[in-house]
Amino acid sequence: MSTMTFGRAINAGLRKAMENDPKVVLMGEDIGKLGGVFRITDGLQKDFGQHRVMDSPLAESGILGTAVGMAYRGYRPVIEIQFDGFIYPAFDQIVCQVAKLHYRTQGAVKMPLTIRVPFGGGIGSPEHHSESPEAYFTHTSGLRVISVSNPQDAYVMIQQAIASDDPVLYFEPKRRYHVKGEVDESVDITASSMNDARVVVEGSDVTLVTYGPLVPTARDAATAASDDGVSVEVIDLRSLAPIDFATVEKSVRKTGRLVITHEAAQSGGLGAEIAASITERCFYHLEHAPVRVTGFDIPYPYSKLEFHHLPDLDRILDGVDRVLDRPNSLSSQSGLEG
Amino acid sequence: MPLNNRVDADPDELVQLIGPNGERRENAAYDRWVTGVDGPALQALYEDMVVIRRIDAEATALQRQGELALWPPLLGQEAAQIGSGRALREDDFVFSSYRENGVAYCRGVDLTDILRVWRGNASSGWDPYGINMATPQVIIGAQTLHATGYAMGILNDGADAVAVTYFGDGATSQGDVNEAMVFAASYQAPVIFFCQNNHWAISEPVGLQAHVPIAHRAPGFGIPSVRVDGNDVLACLAVTREALDRARTGGGPTFIEAVTYRMGPHTTADDPTRYRDANELEDWAAKDPIARLAGLLDSQGLLPAEVTDAVKTKADDVAARLREGCISMAEPEALDVFKHVYSEPNSWLARQQDQYERYLASFESSNSDSTELTEGSR
Ligand SMILES: Cc1ncc(C[n+]2csc(CCOP(=O)(O)OP(=O)(O)O)c2C)c(N)n1
Repeated sequence: MSTMTFGRAINAGLRKAMENDPKVVLMGEDIGKLGGVFRITDGLQKDFGQHRVMDSPLAESGILGTAVGMAYRGYRPVIEIQFDGFIYPAFDQIVCQVAKLHYRTQGAVKMPLTIRVPFGGGIGSPEHHSESPEAYFTHTSGLRVISVSNPQDAYVMIQQAIASDDPVLYFEPKRRYHVKGEVDESVDITASSMNDARVVVEGSDVTLVTYGPLVPTARDAATAASDDGVSVEVIDLRSLAPIDFATVEKSVRKTGRLVITHEAAQSGGLGAEIAASITERCFYHLEHAPVRVTGFDIPYPYSKLEFHHLPDLDRILDGVDRVLDRPNSLSSQSGLEG
Repeated sequence: MPLNNRVDADPDELVQLIGPNGERRENAAYDRWVTGVDGPALQALYEDMVVIRRIDAEATALQRQGELALWPPLLGQEAAQIGSGRALREDDFVFSSYRENGVAYCRGVDLTDILRVWRGNASSGWDPYGINMATPQVIIGAQTLHATGYAMGILNDGADAVAVTYFGDGATSQGDVNEAMVFAASYQAPVIFFCQNNHWAISEPVGLQAHVPIAHRAPGFGIPSVRVDGNDVLACLAVTREALDRARTGGGPTFIEAVTYRMGPHTTADDPTRYRDANELEDWAAKDPIARLAGLLDSQGLLPAEVTDAVKTKADDVAARLREGCISMAEPEALDVFKHVYSEPNSWLARQQDQYERYLASFESSNSDSTELTEGSR
């Protein structure tokens, strides 16, 4: 066991994967000498050389497209997209090529790409630096999408993503890069699966589902709620596509109430998918309609206002009050309800 | 995999009207574009460059003092921006990236507006139609297509304005920039591609983006190109005027590569010592664009103390106004987050806004100050 930051844990996982498999190569902008703008690849070029840690020309479609070619050739490229907002120039290669090649070739061609995306807000950045684009990718069949929330998972799941023969989008909550945690580097990464959700806090009154950057906030909300006599079960999805609905379902059958929270905009987002799927699966166990606490349907706002957009502890607790029919911000039914 | 780190500057190929020590160099092809640039005009260019450097330094200081979240310095690129920016007509339209504050200054931007975005108070700093310049683009290279489309519109309108787009050496790798050149050539659009090759794209040297001089690519698209000494304000003015004239008279697009150097960090969040050799910086500091023009002015007796003092006073005054404007900028309101998402009402958003208003109202102390609601600070 050692204590390391989230960012350092990803670095250690990348190192381990590169040591274990010479076909693992890293590609991205500024990932070499600089170690990436967040220093996640720090020191890897020095130790593995320029042919395995490749600074790419400044072209995201180019990076993804050439990674496809390298995968054809038997490599396992790990791509760093510098910031979430810069994945869009590569969108075509990801959704039309990376996602579909296995299907198109009836399984003959594997696309074991890992696409690392620092995502989400809360760091006071200018526009295009704080997006939550996960739903675009969960909507695309052929891709696996995961999001990590703590150093141990980050360390293990980056290796699982790289080991997967499917293309994986690996979303890293950038505002948590400096959070420290215990990491056991001796774990057998085949002993667990990145597809499994994790119950972070057990509880019996409300199920609170989240992932990535909001997991610590959700945990804090559970603590605050318990001070108030409400027992909240917090689930960290980890995998966003496919979603481990069995774990969520089991929890909701127990609690009868579901709150989903994410930073991404509400409409057409993952919260909608979870609410619908859980309603289908356990309609008769629900005591209240599922409630979503999410970012608004707006372009990510400028930094002075971003904390209005991002769900925080109080907004999550307000959502918990809503599913419990306790007094909440919407209790007085005036104004719009549509 | 062998990496291409070739440095491509070939000084003999560059259009240069002012030599490294400030001596005026004759150039048969380009002198005619600057015949009218007399003493006062040269002094005005000098003033522009000193002022914009001062603005840059002030903004960097404001960032260090926590008044700005981030700042992308242009230190070293004053000649490329002022030389090209001062060549433009009012009805020309600029599509730039985030580093072209010198160009914005030439367009007449209200200085406080430059800082709005970097303070985190707004998504854009100015009304594009107010100064005929789009708000700065962060997505690398995207603006080159916008400029080309704007130029196609000019063409359709039968006007003789020109669209000018600014981007870096790194941007030339993007598909968008290459696609922009295809469109520009196909339609013979009146657009100028102004590439500031400042040698670095964050930590990546220009050799990683291009194996031949960047300007050599354009002819392959059917676009004439020129490499200019980007630290020579007069040469930048001359090549831009030539390109503008070509565009206005139906000659189509031009690609200009201004070879210059980013002397500061990429942004205030960057640490260039991790990737850049100190000697390289020293070499380029010796080619400082302001010192070069000062040399020329001095040799012609055009830089007496009255002039340098007046310029310095103006620069200090501008910097003081910039600081004042920054610090006294109005803070945004919580519900501003819902403004301008659409031009017509949207029922989904209206519901969210209503609910959030009620949420805010549910706090007894009803505090709409954003900083009170943060769960962590930046
Ligand atoms: C599509 C996209 N990818 C990556 C980035 C991140 N980024 C911002 S500036 C920059 C370097 C740009 O270099 P260059 O085009 O040479 O312009 P310069 O900054 O030197 O003026 C990068 C990689 C971005 N803004 N947009």
